[in-house]
Amino acid sequence: MTGEPVTLRVNGAERPVAAVAPWTTLLTVLRDELGLTGAKRGCNQGVCGACTVTIDGEPVRSCLSLALNCADRDIVTVEGLVPAGAPAGALAPVQQALAEGNAVQCGFCTPGLLISAHALLRRNAPLTVDEVRAGLSGNLCRCSGYKKIVEAVARASEARP
Amino acid sequence: MDFVRPDSIEAAVAALQADGAACLAGGATLVAMMNADLVAPDRLVSLRDVAALREAVRRPDGTVVVGAMRRHRETAEETDLRAGQRVLSDAAAQIANPPVRNMGTIGGSCAFADPAADYPPALVAADARFALIGAEGRRTVPAGDFFLDWYETALKPGELIEAVVIPPAPAGTVGSYTKLARVAGDFAIASVALVLGMDGGACTHLAVAVGACGPAPVRRRDIEADLIGGGLGDAEIRRLTDALAEAFDPVDDVRASADYRRRVAPRMVRRAIVEAQQRMSETP
Repeated sequence: MTGEPVTLRVNGAERPVAAVAPWTTLLTVLRDELGLTGAKRGCNQGVCGACTVTIDGEPVRSCLSLALNCADRDIVTVEGLVPAGAPAGALAPVQQALAEGNAVQCGFCTPGLLISAHALLRRNAPLTVDEVRAGLSGNLCRCSGYKKIVEAVARASEARP
Repeated sequence: MDFVRPDSIEAAVAALQADGAACLAGGATLVAMMNADLVAPDRLVSLRDVAALREAVRRPDGTVVVGAMRRHRETAEETDLRAGQRVLSDAAAQIANPPVRNMGTIGGSCAFADPAADYPPALVAADARFALIGAEGRRTVPAGDFFLDWYETALKPGELIEAVVIPPAPAGTVGSYTKLARVAGDFAIASVALVLGMDGGACTHLAVAVGACGPAPVRRRDIEADLIGGGLGDAEIRRLTDALAEAFDPVDDVRASADYRRRVAPRMVRRAIVEAQQRMSETP
């Protein structure tokens, strides 16, 4: 691949990549170069939300982010929701909430949805169902399993200390 | 394709003079177009590190200068936009969804100039101006002259948007943006940007721009001027909606037919004006 070297900070680790072409998206680098296949390529147009990651703490589309433009940023993917060093199989609270609520069907939308939900849950007050719907409105579930997803995230927001 | 990341506006303008160069703002439209193989600029000029473009500043007279790299979420939450200027924050809050609002910028969206996008009618109704900069210096273009046609603006090759300048709205005016879309966050089937001022039943300020009903926002300043000073009842609103409808040039697309747009947009204008008057009469 032609391009220039870049080092990305992903899930707290510096990850050098030897050659990244200008048009290469963060999503492509995450999946094809760094082996982080949690973020999914659905539409590649920023519409579906399956590729959502956080950059400097804010949910964004990795398919619309050029990798070279992401140097010196803090990138978190679904693989980074559980802190490094946690026991195998450990889940973040938002993952636990979706699992307990049976809020996963085919699972393709789940990694991006978890990132959006995780960011939403950083707010301190319990969230209403409408607030959860608005917060997750950029993540499409083609199984249309929205009811359990929204309920699980709303419950998780109430359960926080 | 090469990629440069200048850290000043001057360096960005210089980098943009190369043939086939394009600005990369938030990526929400340009990268989507690149992914779809619709565009392949020879050079990408990333504006990420040009700090001055990311600011919004309120001047003492109430003018708000919104930097081109200001993101939709920031504009939606901008407390410096007051009275009728709220038409812009109201529009920003209705663009796409939270992750896209964290990326997309006012400069990027306006440079793309999709007729169904939310900023163009809001900026035309707000009487905003575009501050442009190029190799030959700076110039200012009123929003009404900036959006020319489908995906076509007054930007010349080698020019970029530095800021969008929102003039102060008269005290007591209200601004609202109403969008009809298939689902929340989609591009508009039709949209209405309104800035309205009323004083004791008489109209003191009126600006209505309709989106997605032509290649550029549709506004009838001639009729608006006639209506200043009088009441805004059914007959007056009808005069404005009839005139707007004459100027519509909508298309059939996946979202709605041209005929539907012609029918629904005048009703949206009427409802926006009636509801704004109701809100104003309820809040003394």
